[in-house]
Amino acid sequence: MLLAVVRRLVQMAFVMLGISILVFLIFFATPGADPAARIAGRNASPEVLAAVRHDFGFDRPVPIQYVLMMKRLFVTRDLTSFVNRGERVIPAIVESMPATLSLVFGAAVVWVVFGLLIGVLAAATRGRWPDRLLMILGLIGVSMPVFWLGEVANLITQDRYHDTPFFSWVPALGYTPLTQDPFLWFKGLVIPWITLAILYIGIYGRVLRASLIEAYQEDYIRTARAKGLSETRIMLRHALRTSLITFVSLFGLDFGALVGGGALLTEVVFDIHGVGKLTVEALQNLDLPFIMATVMYASFFVVAANAVVDIVYAALDPRVRAAAT
Amino acid sequence: MSDAVLPAAAPSAVPAGGVAPRPAAGPWQTAARKLRQDRPAMVALLVLVLIVVACALAPAYARYASREDPFASNVDGSITLDGQSVPVLQAETAGLGLGLTPIGPTWHGQYFLGADSQGRDVMERLLYGGRTSLLIATVATVICLVLAGVVGLVAGFAGGVVDAVLSRLLDVLWAFPIYLLAISLSIVLINTTIQIGPISITSGSLALPMLIIGLVYVPYVARPVRGQVLALNRTDFVLAARALGVPPWRILVRDIFPNVTTTLIVFVPLMMALNMLTESALSFLSIGVQPPNASWGTIIEDGQSLIYTRPLVAIAPGLCIVATVLALNVLGDGVRDALDPRAKLRVS
Repeated sequence: MLLAVVRRLVQMAFVMLGISILVFLIFFATPGADPAARIAGRNASPEVLAAVRHDFGFDRPVPIQYVLMMKRLFVTRDLTSFVNRGERVIPAIVESMPATLSLVFGAAVVWVVFGLLIGVLAAATRGRWPDRLLMILGLIGVSMPVFWLGEVANLITQDRYHDTPFFSWVPALGYTPLTQDPFLWFKGLVIPWITLAILYIGIYGRVLRASLIEAYQEDYIRTARAKGLSETRIMLRHALRTSLITFVSLFGLDFGALVGGGALLTEVVFDIHGVGKLTVEALQNLDLPFIMATVMYASFFVVAANAVVDIVYAALDPRVRAAAT
Repeated sequence: MSDAVLPAAAPSAVPAGGVAPRPAAGPWQTAARKLRQDRPAMVALLVLVLIVVACALAPAYARYASREDPFASNVDGSITLDGQSVPVLQAETAGLGLGLTPIGPTWHGQYFLGADSQGRDVMERLLYGGRTSLLIATVATVICLVLAGVVGLVAGFAGGVVDAVLSRLLDVLWAFPIYLLAISLSIVLINTTIQIGPISITSGSLALPMLIIGLVYVPYVARPVRGQVLALNRTDFVLAARALGVPPWRILVRDIFPNVTTTLIVFVPLMMALNMLTESALSFLSIGVQPPNASWGTIIEDGQSLIYTRPLVAIAPGLCIVATVLALNVLGDGVRDALDPRAKLRVS
């Protein structure tokens, strides 16, 4: 078991190294993607360009640039913005973390609860109309662009129906830190939570239903039936238990991906100043250190989440444990 | 442009093989029959065909119904409604009376769904945008499946160092959050001209989002293909072919490849759905399809500033995306059930 964990961690480090090289190459070594030209502006003279190139160290060999960049990103952590010179990248990311975490945590609670409900309900009524209806709704949820759904939600709750009792409680767009006003924090995040969760409710409901229906064909369910257990008990204590393994590992991956940038579109639409919004702002200014840092941070988070999921999975399932070692 | 029809319609036109007097039910015929009996999938296919036909007819609509240039702004234009001349962009009546509000839905040929902030016909742009969105989703799917098929086949079949290198590469791409990878590539490449051999991709070209979207989903398809090839390597018929001294490339082409085609076909509608959502997201962030070209994503972005005054500008393209993606997903479920690669994998 310990060996498997170590091996997984080594693999994780390897993937992180690969990602850091890939990100660096995308932003600083792609033909045509001359960062000096970006900083100096469109009509800069060759002298200015050369000065900028020297100033930022772009005239040095690419591997040296890579090492320097990584050092400034992870060791000294003093990488600064190209656009607002002096603004440090790492503290800005750390500051935006609570907003992103608030958004993703709340949405995760919503989608886990409703995903479980829908999956269990659909599997229990499989083939009949509640199952069909839930699966169609789930599929619609999966098929909606999240930023569009957010726009429509804003239209309803901020404008058209804002003056009705249903949505008069919805505050203006934006994020209020939990420490500043917990009640406003909650009220402001309800609509973003639901918007972000809808896609995942669809996915999780469908996955759980499929996995439950598969479990129902297993011998141990027949045994449970033969023992005379009630259908509810069979569902909740026997079928759901095994299906939860898939559910949990899927959750780890999606949660990681969302914290690592997947919530970007939701943050933009609802004006939540999280890491995703930071990335988009940097994108509009072509602020390469910021984009690189957020992308790198995000990928590392996803890689770490994947590793944790694999290790937890191995700890839960003895068959995987045996195969890994 | 109407080429976009082909992949969507492909599953129904699964090759019938040799039509014998008494057709023996081969795997393709069985799958095609199963798919034909799947009513939701057939409805979805019909919806897709309708959407594709409507978008293909965009130039006809522009010529006979809306009579506008979909790509040129028409800020000072006016149209005749009920005998009166009405400006396309009207002065705001509410608030300070500053700014302009585009004309709302007329429900007539001209400006059926109203105008956008530049006075362009929304309905017309919707049809043109649909062509772009469908085209990008289709081409990106082809790029993705070809690349993933090659990588998966080579990695699984060659094994050893080749497999190790390709698999690690896929690991890195896999761990990279999809949207961030697509965004990073788009932002760097969007304003540059890329020269790949004889092909030159200029900035603002549709080829760029196609390539990027096709590329980022490669691991999603390549990994299962590789896994299937690994399983096929151990089957009796491959072992027998090896024992007979059949050259490896021939085994790959004649024995392995036909067995992964079903997996690839199952991915077609699902990847198209994913690609369409990705394209709309990139275009929404203004790093996908570039103006004056329209796609459903860019129209939503245009409509964002008008969301409270003329919500239809943003809502209509979103509904088009939902309808198309939903139909693709339903069709994808049908195709998967018809071909059932999981059952096949279990047998091997």
